[in-house]
Parts: sequence; C-alpha cells; structure tokens
Amino acid sequence: MSPVLSIHDLTITFGGLDALSKLNFHVDEGEIVGVIGPNGAGKTTFFNAITNLVPPTSGDIRFAGESIVGLDPYHVTELGVARTFQNVRLFPNMTILENVMVAQHCRTHQHAFGALLQTKAFRREEREIRERAIEVLSFFGTRLIGYRLDQPAFVLSYANRRRLEIARAMATQPRVLLLDEPVAGMNPKESAELTALIGRLRSEWGFTIVMIEHDMGVVRDVSDRVVVLDHGETIAQGSFDEVSNDPHVIEAYLGRPVEGAS
Amino acid sequence: MTAVRVGSARRVSWVDRFLTGLRIVLIALIAAGLVAFVAQQISVDNPFARWRNPDATGLTGDQLKGLVVTGIAQGSMYGLIALGYSMVYGVLGFINFAHGEVFMLGAMSGFVASNKLSANGYWESNFFGSFVIVVVIAILVSTAAAVIMERVAYRPLRDSPRLIPLITSIGVSFFIQNAVLGLLGPNSHSYPQLPEWLAKSRSILTFEIPGTKVMVMVVAALSMAVLWWVVERTKTGKAMRAVAEDKEIAALMGINVDRTIVLTFAIGGAMAGIGGILWGLSFRSVTHLTGFLPGIKAFTAAVVGGVGNLGGAMAGGVSLGAAESLGPQLILEPLGVSGVSQLRDAVAFTALVVVLLFKPSGLFGERLSEDDRT
Repeated sequence: MSPVLSIHDLTITFGGLDALSKLNFHVDEGEIVGVIGPNGAGKTTFFNAITNLVPPTSGDIRFAGESIVGLDPYHVTELGVARTFQNVRLFPNMTILENVMVAQHCRTHQHAFGALLQTKAFRREEREIRERAIEVLSFFGTRLIGYRLDQPAFVLSYANRRRLEIARAMATQPRVLLLDEPVAGMNPKESAELTALIGRLRSEWGFTIVMIEHDMGVVRDVSDRVVVLDHGETIAQGSFDEVSNDPHVIEAYLGRPVEGAS
Repeated sequence: MTAVRVGSARRVSWVDRFLTGLRIVLIALIAAGLVAFVAQQISVDNPFARWRNPDATGLTGDQLKGLVVTGIAQGSMYGLIALGYSMVYGVLGFINFAHGEVFMLGAMSGFVASNKLSANGYWESNFFGSFVIVVVIAILVSTAAAVIMERVAYRPLRDSPRLIPLITSIGVSFFIQNAVLGLLGPNSHSYPQLPEWLAKSRSILTFEIPGTKVMVMVVAALSMAVLWWVVERTKTGKAMRAVAEDKEIAALMGINVDRTIVLTFAIGGAMAGIGGILWGLSFRSVTHLTGFLPGIKAFTAAVVGGVGNLGGAMAGGVSLGAAESLGPQLILEPLGVSGVSQLRDAVAFTALVVVLLFKPSGLFGERLSEDDRT
C-alpha cells in the first residue's frame, strides 16, 4: 500500500537556518503517527510545509501519490488535509456553529446566486451543512452544542477552544488530520479524555492522524509509530518503546553525557 | 515600579484637558443651539430665541419634516457607498479611497445609458424597463471597476504595509477621475427628467415626500437588506467574515481567499453603483468630480458607524445625512450663524469629530479580528 502522505528530502531554509533538512516522512492510511522532538526541532514548520503555509526550499510532498508543492493552502484542504494549531486559532467573532459551518466551504457547491434566489438545492445544502456541523460538534459530548451553538467562539474556555478547533478541522472532511499539540495546556483529566477521543477519531471517523505532542503519556497511548525530529532531521522512528530507549533521542532531550562519567 | 506606572497612567496630560474642554464646548454649543431652537419654535419673540439670532423665524412643521426626509434620503446614499469602504476595510484592513470614484463611475454610466435610452424615447415610453436597464449597467460598470482595481492595484500589494495600498488608492482615484474627464469632458452631464408619476410628491404618514426620495430610500433599504442577508446568512458571507478574521486560517478551511476578496470588492462596487444611480436620479447632474465629496462623506459615515461594521456603515450614513440636513437649521441658525445652508459639509465633518471625541471606535464599536491592525 502506498502511503497517503509522503515527504521526500524536504528542506526549508529561513535565512541561513535550515528549519528542516532533507526530511523524509510517510504516513499510511489509518495510521496514527506521533511526532516528537525538543523545542525548535522543526515540528511546526513541518506542519506548515504540508499545509503549504511556507514554501519548501527543496524536496517533495506527495498526498495520495500527487505532489502538492506549490498549491494554494485552500487547495490542499480541498484534497483532504486539515490541521489544528499549537496556539489555537479560531474565528473568535463567529459563533461556534458558524466556525464549523465555514469549514465545510470547500465541500459545498452552491454559490451566492442560489442564496439570493433561495433555490431548493441551496436550502437543502445549507441544511446539510448545519446538520453535519452539529454531528461533528456532538463528537465532544454536550460541551459544544445546545445553547453554545450560537455563542461567539471567544467566550469558550481554553479546553473547549481546542475541542472546537479539532471539530472545525474534522468538518473539512479530511483524510489526514494534523494535530499540533492537541493537549497542550489541558489538565490531566481533560487530556486523558482527549486522548481517548483521538483514538475514536480514527476508529469512528476513519482519519489518518499525525500528531505533534510533548506529553509523552499521550504519545505512548495513541501512536502506532513515533517519529523524533531534532534540528530538522529525523533522528529516530519506531514504536514508542523503541524510540524512548534510543540513545540519539535521549541525547537530543537530555544532552550528551559527560565523557568518562557513567 | 508598579506604583510608578499607575501614577503615570493616572496623570492627566494637557492633551486630555484640551479634549475634555473640547467635548464640553461642543456639547454646550449643541445644547445651546437646540434649546434656542426649541425656544424659537415655542414663540419667535421669546427672549432666549432673540438672544443670538434676532431675525429668528423658526421652522414650520412641514419644513422640519422635509429636512428629516432629505437627510435620510441623502444619508441612505452615503450608507450605500460607506458599505464598500467598510467591507474592504474589514477584509483587507485599509481604506480604499478610490471607492468614491467607483460610485462616480456608477453615476456616469447611468447617465450614458439613460441618455441613450432617452434619445430613443424608450425612457419616456417605458420608464420601469429603462430604469432596470440603467441600474443593471451601472452595477456592472461599478462592479467591474472595483474588481479590476483590486486585481491591478491592490493584489500585488497584499503583503505590503497597509499605508502603501492606501496611498495607491489615492492614485487610483486620480486615475479614474482623469480617465472620465478625458472620455466625457469636464462639463456636467444631466440625467433625463424622471416621469411625472414618480417625481411627484406623495403624502406618507403626514410626511410630504417627493417620489424620488421615496425611491432612493426604498432601493437603499432593499439593497442593504439583501447585503445583510448575504453576509450573515449564506456560506459566501461566512467565508467573507472568516477571511476578515484570519486569512491564513480561512485558507486552511478550504476558502479561496483571493476569490473571496474579489467578491468583497464586487459587492462593495455593486452597492456603490446603486448609490451612483440614485444620486444621478436625485440630483440629475454628474461630473467627473462627483465621486469626491460623497466619497469622503461616505468614508466619514463608515467611521461614524464604526468602520468594519456593515450595520454601522448604513446607520452612520443615515445619521450623517440627517445631521448635515438638520444641523444647520436646528443648531447653527438659532445660534445666529449666517448663511447656514452653506455649512452642510462643515456640520457633517464636525459631527464626525463629535462622535470620535466621545466614542473613538464609532457608534457601533468594533468588530475586528485580533489581527494586528496598524
């Protein structure tokens, strides 16, 4: 089986600094891959490159076999890649329902003229978008539905904003979901709950997931495979137990032991 | 350290004192004018009415109603233009000063079209049909102008500091003015007469309103309602609001940002085109400079209403129209200022200053993203 997303020799240079250098990566359909690495390892740049927010200096990114380098970000979303951000980025002045409805923009076909004339097709589609939005929000229990639907997103608590951001990414109907530190800033109870949800994202919704995370407990619980980045390069990959005992990984996180000391 | 900062924040600078003084003076002037006006309405021989203006005559009820109607009709045209300023500001964060010329192009193309129709006699024989044709042509021309403007002048500057497209827009404005001057000459061009049945005054709720103004208000209200509905209720509108809040995230939601921005310009242009036609039909005379003052006034209206806010733009337009129509008679005349009817523009811009002194973000506040607007 060919991987759904594969990256070949990807290099991104900012000024003289290689944020990513000759990175190779792939993720298979239905896999959950955890991406870890110390701060500044290039994890977020890696996501930015896949969603084409930053252009690669060299190398290739292939989605379902087709190169996506140089496409507009909206086009990448249309193909089926969605992401969340480390620092949650919602549309704060739009309501929760609208935030999720707007995410289905590229999956709809009716245009402003249909809206003006109130055609049957337009009204049906508008209803479908709405129903789908509520379905996606229901994934998080009752936290984001009911009276919440018509509240602006800025009133939400931090954890709920994270949930809404994931709901919004789900609503774009992606094949690959990129989660950038989904449990950052959550308390242990919330993060355990979200960890369970990430598993259900695959089993119930069929997403392939790539997740950047610093919380090793979460990485261990959900990842099939872990990729460790440091200085823009893959230094190790394999199961969580394999990489957590890898001397390169320990060195990247803790530094090199002093010569001669045991 | 903290104590020092609190202390310096509390210190009242001379600028604050000056602004407070200005607020008091302006409010006192407005209050005095209004009180004198009321006194003068009660009895012309009232000593307070005579205090500043010994020749005070007061207004009859019909005159007052006439001023209100004129103000609202004029204001709804400002509102239509202001929508374009506000929408573009909401999405791109700069003021498109060439928007007044888009309005002028609407009025001009309406003139060319209606003149042709009038020469054929179609204007007289089937006014409604020709009105629709003229409106459609004006909308097409204005929309095209706005879209081309975005493509040629603003898109290449999308990532530059906001001051740069602002200055460019002033250049675009001069370009369009002079292009029209070159094509149609410097003379003022007159629209054909409106048919008698439309232009005649009719009595609505005791208000005696000329038909033209009824038309202006109805068309403006309809356009505004359609626009509001599109922006608030359709997915196109949601996409526009998403782009206004965060372009990068909007793109990641699968929204084509460029197309949405073009659409914003197109809708703003269409509104300006409708405004241009209404202006042409009400005042029946357009020149290549027609766009300047209404453009500036509409910008003022957008700021008064709270720039970036569509309801605010329309409300700002109507309040500005009402202020410049009523202000001279209600406030300045009783204060003994002479030649008040010449002072409409001064009143309009003073109204802006007054609003900004009390509510710096405009009447309807701010609904902008947390994006760094500089």
